[in-house]
Amino acid sequence: MSVIVLAEHSQGTFKKKTFESVQYAADIAKAMGTTATAVALGTIADSELQLLGAYGATKVLHVADAKLDTLNARAYAKALATAAEKEGAKVIIALHDVTGKAVAPRLSARLKAGMVAGAVSLPDLGKGFAIKKAVFSGKAFAFVNITSDVKVVTLMPNTFPVKQGEGSTTIEQLSVTFEDKDFGVTVKEVSKVTGAVPLSEAELVVSGGRGMKGPENWGPLEDLAGSLGAALACSRPVADAHWRPHHEHVGQTGGTIRPNLYIAVGISGAIQHLAGVNASKTIVVINKDPEAPFFKAADYGVIGDAAEILPKLTEAVKKFKAAHN
Amino acid sequence: MKILVCIAQVPDTTTKIAFGDNNTTFNTAGVTFIINPYDEWYALVRALELKESGVATAVNLVTVGKADAEPVIRKALAIGGDEAVRIDTDSNDPYVVAAQIAEYAKSEGYDLVLCGKESIDYNNGSVGAILAEMLDMNYIGFASSLNIEGGIATVKREIEGGEETDACALPLVVSCQKGMAEARIPNMRGIMAARTKPLKVVAGADIKPLSEIVSYEMPPAKTGVKMISADNMDELVNLLHSDAKVI
Repeated sequence: MSVIVLAEHSQGTFKKKTFESVQYAADIAKAMGTTATAVALGTIADSELQLLGAYGATKVLHVADAKLDTLNARAYAKALATAAEKEGAKVIIALHDVTGKAVAPRLSARLKAGMVAGAVSLPDLGKGFAIKKAVFSGKAFAFVNITSDVKVVTLMPNTFPVKQGEGSTTIEQLSVTFEDKDFGVTVKEVSKVTGAVPLSEAELVVSGGRGMKGPENWGPLEDLAGSLGAALACSRPVADAHWRPHHEHVGQTGGTIRPNLYIAVGISGAIQHLAGVNASKTIVVINKDPEAPFFKAADYGVIGDAAEILPKLTEAVKKFKAAHN
Repeated sequence: MKILVCIAQVPDTTTKIAFGDNNTTFNTAGVTFIINPYDEWYALVRALELKESGVATAVNLVTVGKADAEPVIRKALAIGGDEAVRIDTDSNDPYVVAAQIAEYAKSEGYDLVLCGKESIDYNNGSVGAILAEMLDMNYIGFASSLNIEGGIATVKREIEGGEETDACALPLVVSCQKGMAEARIPNMRGIMAARTKPLKVVAGADIKPLSEIVSYEMPPAKTGVKMISADNMDELVNLLHSDAKVI
């Protein structure tokens, strides 16, 4: 009755968030007195799969079907259901990202398993299987108890620090019988923003609002993001005015992020904006208006003109990086 | 081609959230409810555009909620849509909500089901994909554009660090987000027309929830902001390193 975890990979390479989800599954398994089994789908080398042992997976089931190299939620859900059946698993873990959000609910319907989407805690087994998750777009948390026998959980990435251990893992091939309809979605074209850190998984984010006054003033923000290795974000008015692309919009109706550091420049801090970013571990607010409501939600505040402050902050970051490398 | 648009009622985005009964219930006193923005701005409007361009023949709306959800579904009808169904039950378990919609939709022959990428109250983003499994349809999530030609949908969707264009034969469930369409404001004619559009109420099926919300909690209050002089960015960087430990 091991705990199953979908070990998501990007063209054969695991990212940190996958190690985090495997570690999460292993922690749950330990509390339940069992072991964690990772399931990897599509083309990936054994040497990469071996890495999962260090994060607590004692076994990896590999469905090495190249048709799984692109996401078909139906096929992924079927593969996970097959693995769960083989292992007698009662708990199945995925990430709360675009893949997990497409696959986990299907799996939940298929297995009649209750689900928590976007978990930010381990399950409280003393209360059944109660897990904390953000609700009302980050304005509050709910403790959701899964009451069904089989349980599906998607973990919010960047919730737990990831620690590499000593463990090793055994790899087994798993064969799954697919039908044509499992691959109903075909990929025509992929366009990736190259070089940039994807916002959803960025640990550091630099964000600009209406106070930046225009798209021509984004240079200093880009310089700061570059010096930190941070991703760029923006507030809704900025995206609506087409100063910045929509995928950079964070807030209640944009993306919800939880980076380690969120630097907000020229953003007043409307309740809708805070909803998307207030799970950030540390918030720095730079605003020329000392009355900006965002200061109340900030850890560090700087009052002043962005055009003057940003170059100084970038210089300070560069100096710090030079001294610490 | 028939389109079903799933509409959820959610608290307005400016709502200050509060809980009652020892933090076990969401306190709705004084809360204004709106159509879930993703359902309204993107799913509903794109469905209407598909009908206006002659691709779709019917756009119907469905919501799962008690009678207090009627103003919201009427407002959705004022933006557009031919008729609406309210399934007279309430749940915050996404499995139950999806199963109620599936129970109604399975015999209605919809070719396309559209919903928002998530509702802004419980933020599960699960109903669309659960529904797809229950209706034995394909599912594409986080779509920012959708076109249909000859029974094939071409959908742009978010992937990690970029976007992907997918093709899929109907029937299909799509969850919609920014980019899909431009928000519309209901006009007087739409509001008048909505009053007489059919709003059917059907009883909810007997479906057991698979999860329950035990309690709520507010995020810990910030302990107070530390202000730093604009001339001392070195101090800020040092604090981010040694105090906050984020760089």
